[in-house]
Amino acid sequence: MSETTTVREPQPREKAPRRAARSRGRLVRLVALLVLVAVLMLLPLYVQEFWLRTGFAVFAAIIGALGLNLLVGTTGQLSLGHAFFLAVGAVTYTYVSGLPGGTANPYDGLGWPPLVGMVLGVIAAGAMGVLFSPIAARLRGIYLGIASLGLVFIGEHVLNTWTSVTGGFNGRLVPGFSLFGFSFGGSDSPYLEVLGVPFGQAERLWYLGLALCIAASWFAANLLRSRPGRALQTLRDSEVAASVMGVDVPAYKARAFLVSSMYAGLAGVLYALSIGSVAPDSFGLTLSVQFLAMIVLGGLGSVTGSIMGAAFVSALPLVFQQYAGSLPFIVNPGQPGIVASQAAAFLYGAAIVLVVLFEPGGLAGLARRLRRPTRAPGDRSATTSGADPDQVTQPAQADSSTIGDNE
Amino acid sequence: MTQFLSLLLNGLSLGAIYALIALGFVIIFKASEVTSFMQGSLLLLGAYLMGRLHESLGFWGAVAVGIAGSAIAAMVVERLLINRLRGAPVISLAILTIGVDLIIVTELTRRIGSDILNLGHPWGGRAISIGGIGMTTNRALAIVVAGVLIGALFLTFKFSSWGISMRAAAEDGEAAALMGIHMGRVSMFAWMLAGVLAAVAGLFAVGAPTPGVTPAVATVALSALPAAILGGLDSTGGALVGGILIGLAEAMAAGYQDQIAFLGRGFGDVVPYVVMVAVLLVRPSGLFGTREMTRV
Repeated sequence: MSETTTVREPQPREKAPRRAARSRGRLVRLVALLVLVAVLMLLPLYVQEFWLRTGFAVFAAIIGALGLNLLVGTTGQLSLGHAFFLAVGAVTYTYVSGLPGGTANPYDGLGWPPLVGMVLGVIAAGAMGVLFSPIAARLRGIYLGIASLGLVFIGEHVLNTWTSVTGGFNGRLVPGFSLFGFSFGGSDSPYLEVLGVPFGQAERLWYLGLALCIAASWFAANLLRSRPGRALQTLRDSEVAASVMGVDVPAYKARAFLVSSMYAGLAGVLYALSIGSVAPDSFGLTLSVQFLAMIVLGGLGSVTGSIMGAAFVSALPLVFQQYAGSLPFIVNPGQPGIVASQAAAFLYGAAIVLVVLFEPGGLAGLARRLRRPTRAPGDRSATTSGADPDQVTQPAQADSSTIGDNE
Repeated sequence: MTQFLSLLLNGLSLGAIYALIALGFVIIFKASEVTSFMQGSLLLLGAYLMGRLHESLGFWGAVAVGIAGSAIAAMVVERLLINRLRGAPVISLAILTIGVDLIIVTELTRRIGSDILNLGHPWGGRAISIGGIGMTTNRALAIVVAGVLIGALFLTFKFSSWGISMRAAAEDGEAAALMGIHMGRVSMFAWMLAGVLAAVAGLFAVGAPTPGVTPAVATVALSALPAAILGGLDSTGGALVGGILIGLAEAMAAGYQDQIAFLGRGFGDVVPYVVMVAVLLVRPSGLFGTREMTRV
């Protein structure tokens, strides 16, 4: 990762070809991105409902992973409390937009429009992030990680206890989403058909997830390149250096928590829509660990990494479940052997270990490494940080004392 | 009053178990600068081996194998993974141990299934009475054994050459290495010791009044994390104090559940975290942890 810190002095004579190469690289990336988006837009016309539902779960995970990566990868603040912020988003949405109900454990609901519920969910999660930030600002490294672990357990307890809002242990159903009368829920109103394919819940949610996901990725990528984004990266590499350069350390930490937990809130709303009912069990430590696994696998501090890692970790158990019959080693629940969720846990547990051991840059780093040898040896221009937005966000590996605790 | 004293004793025994695990965290942290999130899986591994083997090997044989198994597992992780990553960011190493923990716990959960393994403790579910206050023999033994073990460990830290090496390594790793201290060996021994402590904690954590070995036992170690943190991650004495504090708070909250019913049922389970957050707000490096200093 040494190239992240190298500053190439300007060489006027080379400038023109280098700029041309850079803009060519940018063009290639843009075209690839547009093709990818087009494929994703067309997919619902061709694939089965299972893949659309999986896709929606992946979109939700991507948004959550982007948020966690901003906090852990970019700012260097270890958080095991991501599941808590997802829970805040999900529960706020179900409470604000849901209707009162429940037979054994009656619960309330405001029944407001789902869009309001979603926005309030994001705001509530952000507010919790800000509330937590005074604690976060005082703690560093591992201390912060374990304090945020406390959030998950305290949050789970609150979810279990506050039955009038959350439905208690058994949870409550999530109201379907709708936008100005256009339903994304179970009722297919108004009826919509595109090229002979009827658009049901799965298709509609797919587009909702895709749109939100693109917006979230775009915002994250721009944030990383902006002045606040650079400040956050400096803060990760050295808090002392950051404060010397005029970065207000506590304020930026608080903002990182705010943005990250707002992402988590949105992800929580989508996650709730995806699983259909929210119960305290869904927001345990396992979920936090899954999100950590996503960003470590994908690559800390990288937007494309978050996307790849989230797709891998969140889709894996669902795919294993769906194809349990045709995959060797995997059995249906109740039989002796490895069930799908366990197989997925083995796989991403092993993947975490391998990534930390051999490729600290994650999948994004791997992709970068595979791309590099194809260039001509003399053509160094493409490796300058400007050409690759991911590169600048890599942690400085050599400086281990920055995230260390007691030094 | 009787209830209070009984809760005090039970809290103390719970605290003794937490202190053993928390001490493991602290030893590992001091020797190798790694926060190990895999103490839970080591504890479960030890308890699982004891539960599976006590019928064929006898109780004491199974206990020996369980302790050895945990220690070897910890050693393998240290040799194969941690030792190669010396100097890697603290967060990466912590996440690495989460990955290892995930693998071990998943495998053991699969093997245990819905069974509840019994360890066949020779003291079984018997209870003793101290001055009219009853507690299970298992819990009483936990206090005694943990007390002896922790006492022996503190003497080791103070006087043995390994203990001195470990303290030197914790003080300044680079200087210690330059003085000829074999950092790898210090770290390996620390991990093995933490494995032993986790297995001993497991031995008592699954005894009466707990029904037996279930995958949920691994979460005991998660409650010990707050103990290590609130004492200060680099303070062995802090781990002891933190463990006992957390154990007492948890036992009290569970015992006086009716009086604090407005906080919800099962509040005892989250008390460790509430106490930890409260302490960290006042002292960000724990009660006895080294204050962080920044030199420019």
